[in-house]
Amino acid sequence: MQLQLNDREAPDDLRRRAAIAAGLVTLAFLGIVARLFVLQVGQGENWLTLSESNRMRVSRIAPTRGVILDRNGEALVDNRSSFDVVVVPEDAKNLDDTIRQVSEFLGAEPPTREQVIAAARQRPPYEATVIYRDVDFDKVVVPLETHRLEWPGIGLELGPLRTYPRHEIASHLLGYVGEIAPGELGSKPEYRMGDMIGKFGAEKAWENTLRGSPGGRQVEVDALGRRLRVLSEVPETPGRNVVLTLDLRLQAFAEQMLEGREGAIAVLDPNDGAILALASRPAFDPNEFARGIGPTAWKRLLDDKKKPLNNRATQGLYPPGSTFKIVTAAAALETGTVTPFTRVFCPGHMRYAGRDYHCWNRRGHGSVDLHDALVKSCDVYFYQVGLKMGVDTIAEYAHRFGLGEPTGIALDHEKAGLIPTADWKVKRFKEEWFAGETLSVAIGQGYVLATPLQMANVVATLANGGTRWKPRYVDRIEGADGSVEKAEPVALGDAGLRKSTLLQIRDALRDVVNLPGGTGKKAKLPTIEMGGKTGTSQVFRMTHQTKTAGMARHLRDHAWFVAFAPVDEPEIAIAVLAEHAGTGGGATAAPIARDVADFWFGMTRGRDYQQTGAGAPLREAALDPASADAEKHAARMAAAALRPGRVEMDDDVRREVSHRRGGAAGAASRG
Amino acid sequence: MPRWMIDRRLLSHFDVLLLATMVSIVALGGVTVYSATFDPAHPTVHSFAWKQAMWGSAGLLAALLMCSFDYRKLEAWAPLAYAAGLLLLLSLPFIGTTVSGSRRWISLGPVSIQPSEMGKLALIVMLARHFHRHDPPEGLEPRDLLVPALLTLPPALLVLKQPDLGTAGIFMLVAASMTVLAGLSRRTWLLILAAALLAIPAWPMLRSHLKPYQLKRIETFLDPAQDPLGSGYHVIQSKIAIGSGGLRGKGYLHGTQNQLDFLPEQHTDFIFSVYSEEWGFLGAIVLVSLYLALVFRGLVVVGRAKDRFGALIAFGVLANVFWQAVINLGMTTGMLPVVGITLPFFSYGGSSLVTLMAGLGLVLNISMRRHLF
Repeated sequence: MQLQLNDREAPDDLRRRAAIAAGLVTLAFLGIVARLFVLQVGQGENWLTLSESNRMRVSRIAPTRGVILDRNGEALVDNRSSFDVVVVPEDAKNLDDTIRQVSEFLGAEPPTREQVIAAARQRPPYEATVIYRDVDFDKVVVPLETHRLEWPGIGLELGPLRTYPRHEIASHLLGYVGEIAPGELGSKPEYRMGDMIGKFGAEKAWENTLRGSPGGRQVEVDALGRRLRVLSEVPETPGRNVVLTLDLRLQAFAEQMLEGREGAIAVLDPNDGAILALASRPAFDPNEFARGIGPTAWKRLLDDKKKPLNNRATQGLYPPGSTFKIVTAAAALETGTVTPFTRVFCPGHMRYAGRDYHCWNRRGHGSVDLHDALVKSCDVYFYQVGLKMGVDTIAEYAHRFGLGEPTGIALDHEKAGLIPTADWKVKRFKEEWFAGETLSVAIGQGYVLATPLQMANVVATLANGGTRWKPRYVDRIEGADGSVEKAEPVALGDAGLRKSTLLQIRDALRDVVNLPGGTGKKAKLPTIEMGGKTGTSQVFRMTHQTKTAGMARHLRDHAWFVAFAPVDEPEIAIAVLAEHAGTGGGATAAPIARDVADFWFGMTRGRDYQQTGAGAPLREAALDPASADAEKHAARMAAAALRPGRVEMDDDVRREVSHRRGGAAGAASRG
Repeated sequence: MPRWMIDRRLLSHFDVLLLATMVSIVALGGVTVYSATFDPAHPTVHSFAWKQAMWGSAGLLAALLMCSFDYRKLEAWAPLAYAAGLLLLLSLPFIGTTVSGSRRWISLGPVSIQPSEMGKLALIVMLARHFHRHDPPEGLEPRDLLVPALLTLPPALLVLKQPDLGTAGIFMLVAASMTVLAGLSRRTWLLILAAALLAIPAWPMLRSHLKPYQLKRIETFLDPAQDPLGSGYHVIQSKIAIGSGGLRGKGYLHGTQNQLDFLPEQHTDFIFSVYSEEWGFLGAIVLVSLYLALVFRGLVVVGRAKDRFGALIAFGVLANVFWQAVINLGMTTGMLPVVGITLPFFSYGGSSLVTLMAGLGLVLNISMRRHLF
């Protein structure tokens, strides 16, 4: 092989440049070695820790939330599984875009888009965040599968969902859960974005009991989050069940009695403050919140003029009207302002300081003593004794009955009500108290404000001999391990009333209902003596009382009735309030209280008790021998009667209910 | 003497050390590819490592083939090789296979070839030919840079179109390195210096004209830590892998970052992270030293080359190895942006390995024939 010699050899300058290049190359590689030294020898330990945590992920095991049961074990709040549309941020290319596209496709606004995104950003990127709860699997699975490639990170997961099987029944008391708000996280380190938390009612008040504590699982994973093996596991502690003192049957019936009205009913056991029913209407469906309420639905509830979110039993403030005369009467007897024999002449009005104060009965009651004055609800009598005692004495006794301060029931935003004093007015309005204003206070008008629950507690205190119990709705707490924690009744104080005072007033209240001339005669039960007091509270002050159905609705009077039964050995205390009823407490509220009491005795007294009220047909169903579990059956009937078609029930129960409902209407019209 | 036989004198000048260095790197690479693609669930399946071994053998053959002829014949073949390379790159948009959004491969039955690698070698030879023929005594004037630029830009731009920003950059760096070796005139150096000085105040001006998202893109490119779930994810995982290797490493097949698939592109772009995690700082020193030895030994060949053509070819091949190695190491250790450059001789990839080894074969060729003429 003959090679031609090339005359152009690599010259010196080329060799020189190659040497310079060698120097530069050395520098570059030295730089890399230095960098490696810093990374591997200098910071090696730190990176090692990071690599260890990299392969280990701590995943949380969410605890099962405790359920809420009524006193007979009926589920009021339960859990079930739901299909949720979730996003795994790590897999999603662009979180905002992906969520927007999915929501456009599903044609539904995600409940809280910003919150979903915030949750997804704050939690580990490998954890799924729920966008839509409780979707229809059949509707959603096909589109999600077809768009799997376009929407990476979107998937369907089976998750727990809080359900309220009775829908609106007891919604204000039970409350609801929702995803924790970003602002709450700071004060609650044990929660994370996207966690469910009680937001209202018992769900909120008993959050720590219901929630349980989450477990944890250390899992070794690869970069795709695929689980390789479980390194260690701390089991979760499920939440405990809360068993209420509430009776679902009575609750459902009470709400039925308020159907179509705005109002509240509180039924207490006067002997220990246990709440048997706490109804507020109109109500809402907590299921909407558990699924994640959309902004439109939320706004609709908030803007509703009838304020369905308001728990009227504990948050509604109303002048108690004549029901307050119980307090004035007790004060008058205790202070010796009157004796049972003190008589006052009622001409139908009373002139004081140049003004006429009317009795509701403008023809006058004639000569009345305390007993007559309560039975006929004579205003003039109470004007006179109120004037003699002064506002501060009335206030003192009002406080002894628990008015003017929250009852302490474990529900948020309970209102204190208002019991005015002379000092209060100076502080509040920078004005002296006028004696004329005491007249209004004596009959529960003017500045006096109370909640229906407070008024129920007033009669309960009277009925049980003077002990003021804290109203409570939890009977016991049952752990998953079988442990039972009984809730003890809490006595808040004693009204400090003489036996004779109590007997005097109770006797009068018995006659309010049971005497033909009593204002509460529509509350009369055939076989059990009930005591009660009517009240008609003015919303708008008028010089001459005109109670007409034609008046603007928001100006119409509220109707009150407070009651306890049986008079001699009280088992229940009831307060009924119907907003803007237009008619007096005796006409509107007393029959409701009667039916509620009648329903209660129908359930508790068995066949010996002759039930006559609107609830009678439902009780017949409860005592039907064909039913294996009569009590449960009755509860189902009561609930079903209220919301036909919305409570899960089998078809023959449904048929039976619709049949019974027809019967109920007939019974009511007969009475 | 038959044409195919090699002169005994040539064999005596064969640079065994250079070949041994290269083979060591390739062998280490193969072993690491095995680890990077090791699947504990299927411990007997290691197709990547087998393929890499096959490609390594093919590369060795290619290198020896490249020694078998007088490299000066390339001066005549260069235009043809260059044209063929361009044609392949041009045909990519039509016959190329798309892999993760980029057309870089031509599929030939069981194997795929990467035309950009062959194009690079063709460009090196073509540029060497040009500088060999065009050697002004006072060095290259600015106008002398026009032809090299016209030779470099077409293949570089075609690669950029694939898109493969990293490889296009390597084309430019290799061409620039060869131009500097060929010698620049004083005037040209001054001009480059002036241009560099002008560029410094230009950046803030450009910056103010960029839209926020454009700026953000540039910033995360330069500093991936700003986007830990996007581009920063790779760098952070790579740094965790390398750093956690410590002084001695976690042991072969025991790199958790690697075995648990936290590393992206673990057998190609980020193979150094796998290696460093398992072999530690000491292992990394060994590998970096091998690269340093390879480049040094190659520069010795450049210095001893009998002619300017040979020196320039050898320098071009070494510049390619050097730039790729430095950029890859800088990228995996988090010093440079992630641009998708593989570690030469080490990363998995058939046509790249074969072309690189063939290129080094040319260096061996030049070394062998340094005393012949």
